Amino acid sequence: MARIEMRNIAKRYGSVEVLRNVDLEIEDGEFIVLVGPSGCGKSTLLRMIAGLEPITSGDLLIGDERMNDVRPRDRDIAMVFQSYALYPHMDVARNMGFSMEIRGEPSDERQSRIASAARTLGLTALTERLPKALSGGQRQRVAMGRAIVRDPRAFLFDEPLSNLDAALRVEMRLEIARLHRRLGTTMVYVTHDQVEALTLADRIVVLNNGEVQQVGGPLDLYERPANKFVAQFIGSPTMNVIAATGAASTVLLNNGATIELPAPGDASAVVEMGVRPEHIDVVSPDDGDMTGRAEVVEHLGSDTNIYIEVEGVGPLMVREHGNIPAKAGDLVGLRVQPQNVHLFARNGTAL
Amino acid sequence: MTATVSRRNTVLTIGKYAALAFYLGFALFPLYWLLKIAVTPDTLIFSEGTRLVPSAFTFGNFMTVVFQTDFLAYFWNSLIVSFGTAFFTTLIAAGAGYAFSRFSFAGKRLIIAVMLITQMFPLLMIIAPIYKIVAGLGLLNSLTSLIIVYTAFNIPFATFLMQSFFDAIPKDLEEAAMMDGCSRFQALRKVVFPLTLPGLGATLGFVFTAAWSELLFALMLISKNDAMTFPVGLLTFVSKFSVDWGQMMAAGVLALIPSCLFFLFIQRYLVQGLTSGAVKG
Ligand SMILES: Nc1ncnc2c1ncn2[C@@H]1O[C@H](COP(=O)(O)OP(=O)(O)OP(=O)(O)O)[C@@H](O)[C@H]1O
Ligand SMILES: [Mg+2]
Repeated sequence: MARIEMRNIAKRYGSVEVLRNVDLEIEDGEFIVLVGPSGCGKSTLLRMIAGLEPITSGDLLIGDERMNDVRPRDRDIAMVFQSYALYPHMDVARNMGFSMEIRGEPSDERQSRIASAARTLGLTALTERLPKALSGGQRQRVAMGRAIVRDPRAFLFDEPLSNLDAALRVEMRLEIARLHRRLGTTMVYVTHDQVEALTLADRIVVLNNGEVQQVGGPLDLYERPANKFVAQFIGSPTMNVIAATGAASTVLLNNGATIELPAPGDASAVVEMGVRPEHIDVVSPDDGDMTGRAEVVEHLGSDTNIYIEVEGVGPLMVREHGNIPAKAGDLVGLRVQPQNVHLFARNGTAL
Repeated sequence: MTATVSRRNTVLTIGKYAALAFYLGFALFPLYWLLKIAVTPDTLIFSEGTRLVPSAFTFGNFMTVVFQTDFLAYFWNSLIVSFGTAFFTTLIAAGAGYAFSRFSFAGKRLIIAVMLITQMFPLLMIIAPIYKIVAGLGLLNSLTSLIIVYTAFNIPFATFLMQSFFDAIPKDLEEAAMMDGCSRFQALRKVVFPLTLPGLGATLGFVFTAAWSELLFALMLISKNDAMTFPVGLLTFVSKFSVDWGQMMAAGVLALIPSCLFFLFIQRYLVQGLTSGAVKG
């Protein structure tokens, strides 16, 4: 078990700068999720922690020791690869015990750890199979088993569930959460999937273009995004962002609608207003802050998503709880919940 | 509707097999002829020239070849040269192929380009310089010279072959092994090497056959009888006035044996290798 600290880490491939100014402290036993759009450098950061990718500048500390130049094998960290990377010529048991085999640990100790990991992951009946005779979900479990047999100082996961189907993904997500609760080991987890991020993480790190945008608990990021990027990246469906101008504690939209902010403040720097689909209420056409026409209505049972075209403002998405009787073509009134409005300055930072 | 489809399928299947049979017949006919002449008594070779099956059989040619000529010595020399070449070429090609596949280093493109260029020249052009070099080293009439020259000539192709096999092994596997506590060399030995066996088999087989049947250099560099390899030795059956067809063909048949055995031995790796090179994973 160990804490992991990154100090001003940067990564360049030749002249291409992939990561810059990464400062991050991961507490012992914490579950950290790295999210961000494709190509933002999540895998690169993870691989630098693993030691598979050299660090261009900055310091990486694991357990308060500088690790920049320590070989992967000496970092005592386990990694679960997106491709699982199971050794095709070894059976499940040997795959799981390979790290102990390499370290020359005694065979009976090894067998008992393999057996207990296999039990935890429901692989007991499969220990003698080769990876090619396993389903995707089973392979995924073996990959996890290979990591937990070792009792490492930290676990790294690079999109471990992205090759599974939706149902299995939910199951394995719970499995990982359970594992973390049981082992209490530091985990760093890369994902594209918001739900994974929001449900698993103690803290989420949002990356974009090689820079850390915000670090915080799942609800922090949802309720208080630091900038427009985080606001739109976290939360599903995506937050509506519309052009706006502000004066004192009022926000003025392009169609002339005004929204009074609950807290008095200076909104003069505002150029955009963001509001999540679940924070707009559908009211009768003459009520509310504005009126629009429903273009598409999606009934999901538990929720209703309505895509509304508002003249002068643009398209808005609204999510209502439950099943509301709206249909495409209807004229609807919209009321923005003023306490849940996000305001952004020209450079995208939240005000 | 379904009837026409199934009839067309039958026709297609028959056509496929007919094409295969034709190809097989075409490819195997010379081998059959080799065997046929080898077992035909000398007196019948010309009188029954084009008969598919000779009217009498004999193993006399084989006996003569094995017991009354230097054939066994040639055979032994060829074995040494071919195994030596296959071993050294594959060893070097595996190392080079791994480096090309996994590392980026200064001059990599240049080396690859030069290796490709060496494959462009007709052998005839370089025979004289090679002869001079080998003579200068005092290695004429030695099997060592053949092993060195064959190894040098086969390395580029064998390297590209090995590189493609290494390329087909995901990098993740080595990285996983390193995370599991292996050094790079351990990862190579315990994870990559077992997965490259098909590639090694294919390369060994390819180089072995190439060395086994090479004539040009052997002819140039070897003139003494006791260092002759088998293809050169075959030519001794051609005398000034006549060709001893029966014995020559018998020797040819015997020469096929090691190649066949070798391929029999590596073929299960080879088949896997060819597919695992084509389809990733
Ligand atoms: N060897 C390399 N040379 C140059 N650029 C590279 C190299 N490897 C990765 N990159 C670049 O680094 C950036 C970050 O890559 P990385 O794999 O970390 O992205 P990611 O966030 O994991 O994306 P994804 O979600 O698609 O997996 C990408 O823009 C990629 O093009
Ligand atoms: Mg990635």
